[in-house]
Amino acid sequence: MYEGVVQNLIDELGRLPGVGPKSAQRIAFHLLAADPADVERLTKALREVKDKVRFCRTCGNVAEEDECRICRDPRRDPAVICVVEESKDVVAIEKTREFRGRYHVLGGAISPIEGVGPEDLRIRELMQRLADGTVTELILATDPNLEGEATATYLARLVKPMHLKVTRLASGLPVGGDLEYADEVTLGRAFEGRRLLDV
Amino acid sequence: MHVAHLSLQDFRSYATAEIALAPGVTVFVGPNGQGKTNLVEAIGYVAAHASHRVATDAPLIRQGAPRAIVRAGVVREDRRALIELEINPGKSNRARLNRSPVPRPREILGMLRTVLFAPEDLALVKGDPGERRRFLDELLTARAPRFAGVRADYDRVLKQRNALLKSAAAHRRAPGPEVLATLDVWDSHLARTGAELLAARLGLVADLGPLVAKAYSALAPSSGAASLGYRSSLGERLPAGPERAGRDELAPLMEEALREARKQELERGVSLVGPHRDELVLQLGEMPARGYASHGESWSFALALRLAAFELLRADGDDPVLILDDVFAELDTGRRRRLAELVAPAEQVLITAAVPEDVPAELSGASFTVEDGEVKRER
Ligand SMILES: Nc1ncnc2c1ncn2[C@@H]1O[C@H](COP(=O)(O)OP(=O)(O)OP(=O)(O)O)[C@@H](O)[C@H]1O
Ligand SMILES: [Mg+2]
Ligand SMILES: [Zn+2]
Repeated sequence: MYEGVVQNLIDELGRLPGVGPKSAQRIAFHLLAADPADVERLTKALREVKDKVRFCRTCGNVAEEDECRICRDPRRDPAVICVVEESKDVVAIEKTREFRGRYHVLGGAISPIEGVGPEDLRIRELMQRLADGTVTELILATDPNLEGEATATYLARLVKPMHLKVTRLASGLPVGGDLEYADEVTLGRAFEGRRLLDV
Repeated sequence: MHVAHLSLQDFRSYATAEIALAPGVTVFVGPNGQGKTNLVEAIGYVAAHASHRVATDAPLIRQGAPRAIVRAGVVREDRRALIELEINPGKSNRARLNRSPVPRPREILGMLRTVLFAPEDLALVKGDPGERRRFLDELLTARAPRFAGVRADYDRVLKQRNALLKSAAAHRRAPGPEVLATLDVWDSHLARTGAELLAARLGLVADLGPLVAKAYSALAPSSGAASLGYRSSLGERLPAGPERAGRDELAPLMEEALREARKQELERGVSLVGPHRDELVLQLGEMPARGYASHGESWSFALALRLAAFELLRADGDDPVLILDDVFAELDTGRRRRLAELVAPAEQVLITAAVPEDVPAELSGASFTVEDGEVKRER
């Protein structure tokens, strides 16, 4: 244990995802030794992200205004929605430049082990977006693991009465993986080869 | 196939060990507790990515060491491969094949195939149904490594589904439409992976049955006939000639059984249908072996199961490496000799014994002594 403030910093860093106690300690001592200007920039970035960044009221993606850049862009096809688990998946798909529609960020996947059910995801918001008939195609781009598959199946069944074209990103994606880690070529190919989801 | 070289680092009692091996018979001899089983356990681990003795990996790492490393040089049809596994407790293992990292260790299952006989095998006959299910699933994986993935997927679906059932059972009022719709989704996933596992097990049991009968009668000629059966949680729904049923035929039947069991499952908060509830039934004559067979008969049945596994893998192609850990000490002279005759033709047989006299003369070959953590070549 270190003295008060240092230990506080280590504890806070240790709460971040993927940061264990050892890394937390290393980062803390790095910051202690760092140039004050560098630390100031980091502090500012952290403060700004909390002050300025919000979640888009339409799609749930991170945004600096009420609506995100993509939802505001009139060139994006409003008839196609790509459903993803997290904002970082939007970034991954945008990099492929394959997709010209809009997104819907669920905020996770169905996982009873973690106590996440459909009511904890932004599914109601999605249904509201589908209500007026503008959207004709839904691409389910949840992660290619069990929970992502289950979420895709759940959504496909839910929207079945609406007679939309429902597709699921196809092969090529490593099963059991995370969408954000798929490389651009693989992800791009998966978009082209997406298949109709029959439920 | 055979193992030409084994190298250990911080595995069990060994800080380091380097052992050169050859095809044919090799015997490891030494007093109790000196590390004979540890050696063959390491070879078994390279093949199955699991120990035959313990369910978790922590005991495999030498006291006080952070991780264990096992390397095996495997020769298969004159091609040599170097398999390396780093065993990290509580984390996933790291694997390398011919010095290049393998993204998922599962991908190198099947590079080395072993059939391991050990005193623990008695549990195949006397133990819980789970022991026999594991026997089937491990053999499935040895035959077709992709079943490791199927099994892992099935376990994951089951865990998710049980979590949902449990939380639904905890609320006293009837589950809402969202819970039921989510359960429907897990049902279809459980049925799909479950049916795949079930179809494979049914096929395996059909292949294995005659081989078990043959091995048992060779080992214990004066005893009744050994046979296998499979009791599925699908019960009467299972079609006639179930071993020919495919996944696509079984999946809807499993969904049906799930629908029927739903009320009960919601009350009890656990999954009651699926291959995790099934049982491999061992029969001796007209009686189940479990609870009826004598100690000696149980032993012969366990050996017959392993011998049948060996025959089956052998028929698929390359001879698996045979490992006999301390089994002769448990057998009378007649069965010792008959077992020796059955295993002698294998490309490589590795044997451990506390005293050399336990090993039948039919199995002569290279020999090592194991004492005080040192493995020394005798001849
Ligand atoms: N993780 C570990 N770290 C250090 N030592 C260990 C570890 N696990 C087991 N051992 C030691 O290894 C020894 C057992 O080795 P092993 O089971 O190979 O014996 P054996 O030679 O097969 O004996 P037997 O003839 O009784 O079967 C024991 O003395 C045990 O204390
Ligand atoms: Mg032993
Ligand atoms: Zn948006």
